[in-house]
Amino acid sequence: MISIWFFIGISLLVNGALILAAGIYQLLDPPAEITIVLYSAHANVWWGAILFAIGLIYCLYFRPRGSHSP
Amino acid sequence: MRLLATLVTGTLVHLSAVDYAIVVFYFALVLAIGWYLKGKANTGEDFFMAGREMTAWVAGLSFLSANLGALELMGWAGSAYQYGILATHWYWIGAIPAMLFLALVMMPFYYISKTHSVPGYLKLRFGEPSRALSAVSFAFMTVLMSGVNMFAMAKVMQIVLGWDINFSIWVSSLTVAIYVSLGGLRSAIFNEVLQFFLIWAGALLVPILGLYEAGGWGNLKIQIAQRASEQYVHLWSGLGHFSTNPMGIHWTGIVFGLGAVLSMGYWTTDFLVVQRILAAKDIRSAEMAPIIGAGFKMMVPLIVILPGLLGLAVLPMKLVPESMVATTGAHSYNDVLPLMLARYCGPGLLGLGITALIAGFMSGMAGNVSAFTTVWTYDLYRPLINSKGTDHHYVNMGRWTTIVGVLISVGTAYLVMQFASIMDYVQALFSFFIAPLFGTVILGMLWKRATGPGGFWGLLCGTLSSISMWAWVKVDPTALRYVALSPDAKALAQDMYQALWSFIVCVTVTVVVSYATKPMPHAGLAGLVYGETEIPAVGDVPFYEKPLFWAAVVVAVFVILNIIFW
Repeated sequence: MISIWFFIGISLLVNGALILAAGIYQLLDPPAEITIVLYSAHANVWWGAILFAIGLIYCLYFRPRGSHSP
Repeated sequence: MRLLATLVTGTLVHLSAVDYAIVVFYFALVLAIGWYLKGKANTGEDFFMAGREMTAWVAGLSFLSANLGALELMGWAGSAYQYGILATHWYWIGAIPAMLFLALVMMPFYYISKTHSVPGYLKLRFGEPSRALSAVSFAFMTVLMSGVNMFAMAKVMQIVLGWDINFSIWVSSLTVAIYVSLGGLRSAIFNEVLQFFLIWAGALLVPILGLYEAGGWGNLKIQIAQRASEQYVHLWSGLGHFSTNPMGIHWTGIVFGLGAVLSMGYWTTDFLVVQRILAAKDIRSAEMAPIIGAGFKMMVPLIVILPGLLGLAVLPMKLVPESMVATTGAHSYNDVLPLMLARYCGPGLLGLGITALIAGFMSGMAGNVSAFTTVWTYDLYRPLINSKGTDHHYVNMGRWTTIVGVLISVGTAYLVMQFASIMDYVQALFSFFIAPLFGTVILGMLWKRATGPGGFWGLLCGTLSSISMWAWVKVDPTALRYVALSPDAKALAQDMYQALWSFIVCVTVTVVVSYATKPMPHAGLAGLVYGETEIPAVGDVPFYEKPLFWAAVVVAVFVILNIIFW
């Protein structure tokens, strides 16, 4: 059975990639009007990268290899 | 996406394409998990008990996540804005002792008896009438709770995104119905663990960025003292009198009503959460799971209470009670978390935050529905309607009950719209059923002399006393001075004392009736009561793998946190 942790990894990996991509896009093409507080922290870049890295580790470590307990 | 766009009528925030992609990906993933697990839920043990093969981590995170529903995320963030750090009591003294008590004292009995449910334990210990009473009250409570979850989610989606409330209710309920009916409890557990990670990933940025904006905890306390009161950041120092804290409660209500009765009842006898532990693979995992849950429970205020406190300090507008929203046009306390998300989260992060909220709501709903399905099938349908069905028949009954349970919840969600305050309504429900049930179960486990009639009449009288007190205060609000011991007491204080009195009524009636009836034969109590049961060892493992060691660690952190925020 596929481990639950693999599904967690997929979720973090995909969400992290989307958030990171959105953050990089904003860096390259800043919006005309800033609607959030602390925009300059570019949280979506580093937070997206953290989620992506954790998701990647989970996906690799818990990838389906025969048998895994849940 | 075009469909969603057409449903937008007026929004607190605007989602971008990447935000929608994250929301849609979440729905696709939970449905895919349900579909994948479809073939692994063919027997009753698989469908209703997840095969009893969950590890301590999976069972523990699921145990915690089943409770991280609508109330946790929005309700308690709103309560933190309204009452200050006092709301943290519901996470610490109102949870940690009870979770550890479940792990070390009660879990062995649940586990040894191999029961499918808490009402199932009452059948073994006190007989069929007690099981039927608790099963009916539990089934009633879970569908109402599920409706509350559904309504809360639809409300959030309406406020934050402008989505039509009916659209939100039906999309979320159909998704839950599909993945739980396909994969049973295992599917619910998998999605609860997924939700746990999403909630932390989506919500943790708010306290991080919020504290940065406020200038750290020290500056935050100063700002809250200026905008509200210094008592908003103290856990215990204002509880010496009802009138010296924002909640209008006395420390006896927090310690005895919340800590000793209400939370014990919820965390040790509410089958919604206990079911996750019953799915553990062995006794050590079953004991470790609530301890792991307790460790993470202590951290949840970081993403729920702290955003509420930060809202007090940094939000430019003043939030109001739900009842004043229509007249003032302001946002309610319950909106504080979405408002904070909108304050800090840009494209992508906002989608993840919204997904975390949706996941929390759907997970709470799925937890209620899967517990309802098990209790209906094993504690009502099988003993009272059809006791001769095959295992396959009961699994099919479980699948259909999941769908019917969701539909009843949808109906309940529309009913809940008539109530002004979600929180008070659910707290009242807890007091009705949970506190007396804890009295019955704990006497059943610890007191050999408790008899079947004693258990039944204690449970019935405790429940009726709680409903009577609630109705009394509803009819005559001045009665609160008697129920909660002070004219200064407020609604949440009433719930604490109501729980305490109903527990006392339950225990008193159980003791009196037990002494008036014939003792049960000792042979029938083996595996069910202390003194008649050999508690199995957790195995020959190093000290750092023993539940007792980790329980001691959790206790130490719990004490330190309470002292720091005294």
